[in-house]
Amino acid sequence: MDLESLYQDIILDHYKHPRGRGLLEHPLGSAFHVNPTCGDEITMQVARDADGGLELGYDGQGCSISQASASVLVELLEGGTVEHSEAVRLAFVALMHAQGAGEPDEEVLGDAIAFAGVAKFPARVKCALLAWMALQDAEIQAGLLTTGEQP
Amino acid sequence: MLDVAAIKADFPILDSTVRGGQPLVYLDSGATSQKPRAVLDAERSYYEHTNAAVHRGAHALAEAATDAYEAARSVIAGFVGARPDALVFTKNATESLNLVAYACSNATALAREDAGAIDPRLVLGPGDSIVITEMEHHANLVPWQEVCRKTGATLRWLPLTDEGRLDLSGLDTLIDDSTKVVSVVHQSNILGTINPVRRIMDRAHEVGAIGVVDACQSVPHMPVDVHELGADLVAWSGHKMLGPTGIGCLWGTPDILAAMPPFLTGGSMIEMVTMERSTFAPAPQKFEAGTPMVAQAVGLAAGVRYLEALGMSAVAEHEHALATYTLDALAALPGVRIIGPQSTIDRGSAISFVVDGLHPHDVGQVLDSRGVAVRVGHHCAWPTCRRLNVPATTRISPYIYNDTDDIDAAVAGIVAAQRFFGVA
Repeated sequence: MDLESLYQDIILDHYKHPRGRGLLEHPLGSAFHVNPTCGDEITMQVARDADGGLELGYDGQGCSISQASASVLVELLEGGTVEHSEAVRLAFVALMHAQGAGEPDEEVLGDAIAFAGVAKFPARVKCALLAWMALQDAEIQAGLLTTGEQP
Repeated sequence: MLDVAAIKADFPILDSTVRGGQPLVYLDSGATSQKPRAVLDAERSYYEHTNAAVHRGAHALAEAATDAYEAARSVIAGFVGARPDALVFTKNATESLNLVAYACSNATALAREDAGAIDPRLVLGPGDSIVITEMEHHANLVPWQEVCRKTGATLRWLPLTDEGRLDLSGLDTLIDDSTKVVSVVHQSNILGTINPVRRIMDRAHEVGAIGVVDACQSVPHMPVDVHELGADLVAWSGHKMLGPTGIGCLWGTPDILAAMPPFLTGGSMIEMVTMERSTFAPAPQKFEAGTPMVAQAVGLAAGVRYLEALGMSAVAEHEHALATYTLDALAALPGVRIIGPQSTIDRGSAISFVVDGLHPHDVGQVLDSRGVAVRVGHHCAWPTCRRLNVPATTRISPYIYNDTDDIDAAVAGIVAAQRFFGVA
């Protein structure tokens, strides 16, 4: 097995140097998700910034995949629109469910394409998705999303 | 000592390669053991020559199948020093423990209708307590939480020391006159700790409580005589001791088995049925509703015979030696911390550890890439992890088919993980 295909440099970099980590002072919505098989934990928070864009905060503990995924998420979506976050989230979920056969769209996914290799490891897909599922919940809680669209 | 090379040859799966041609090094027997050819052959032979529904029908195969099922019960009961009619087959140990928990909540519900017909030991309410430990597998924790929710009883637990042993200093106050059930694990699946269950069961009996032991990690690994544990009920699983999945065991004293109302009801477990009500067969049939797991019982009996041929004392010695070797090897690795007893005193061979700067999931992934199968996560003992301040652990759990080469492979994998992630 090729460890490098799972642990892309981008993932390891985000794991060691997480971006935007920390909780918000005044979140509009906050969701705590766990991966019950391994105990990975993420709290994802959303608010609006002064320009009406998404403000994101998170904290958690867990494996490199789960924590790097949260960091990539924040880097990609912070300051953007809810619609943008939803489009990226759906693309990411689709990539994770493609069992390694997905053609990731770098335009949409940015650094998150580094997770394409994770989809080949079913036990790790949940780790990668944890922050994204928590984001969806936090946005619903904040009233930014009305329905949780299921991929 | 065991002839590990000869034993390995009896387990077809141990010849496998995984992840692109890596020879499999299986160190996850605490989760489930591999199966020797004798077990696979016994199941296959049962289906080829004996298969029929048991305890019903009068044709030749029905009789042969019933004989095979009951003979398996005798073998498995004998393995733990028990009488066959004191051994109940269940789906797994989780079901065995739920059977006991449901006996309590069912008895509590039934006593509201007809208190006279129900053994008061099983009836719980506000003011009563159930005592477990802080190192229980979720299977011996969640069912008791549910009983408490249904009956109003309070759950208490014996706490842990920082080394992952039971702190028994408060034993006599935690288990008091309010205590109706004491249910404790014999050997921890995550820490490897072997608990002084006899002492705890004796205290349970001093206050008139029912004593239950979760023996999932002890019966496969050491000589166990159920009578020596001092419990009323002992639960364990088949698949961790060479047997197939789908069969678990519950041993009970005749007294408690007679007192407990049934868990699952339906065919095979009745004595008489009318449209209004039913009476039940004596144990163990009372607890074996529906067509039972006959092939699995036959397979498990073959597994038991395999272990008996090795001798459980030899199995325990082998594992003790492996535990010593593993503890020494891990202690010599910088950045690796053992979670659980550091010495082999009163400890089994399941050894959990954490690696500084690395999440167990990532450690396990690197080991897996080298063909080494270990368990990562909270091992269905989340509160235990929380108590010992770790989010999760990596666990090496060897068995009769493992040798020091397998431990060396795991240790080399840990070093490789540290290098890959740049933490050493």
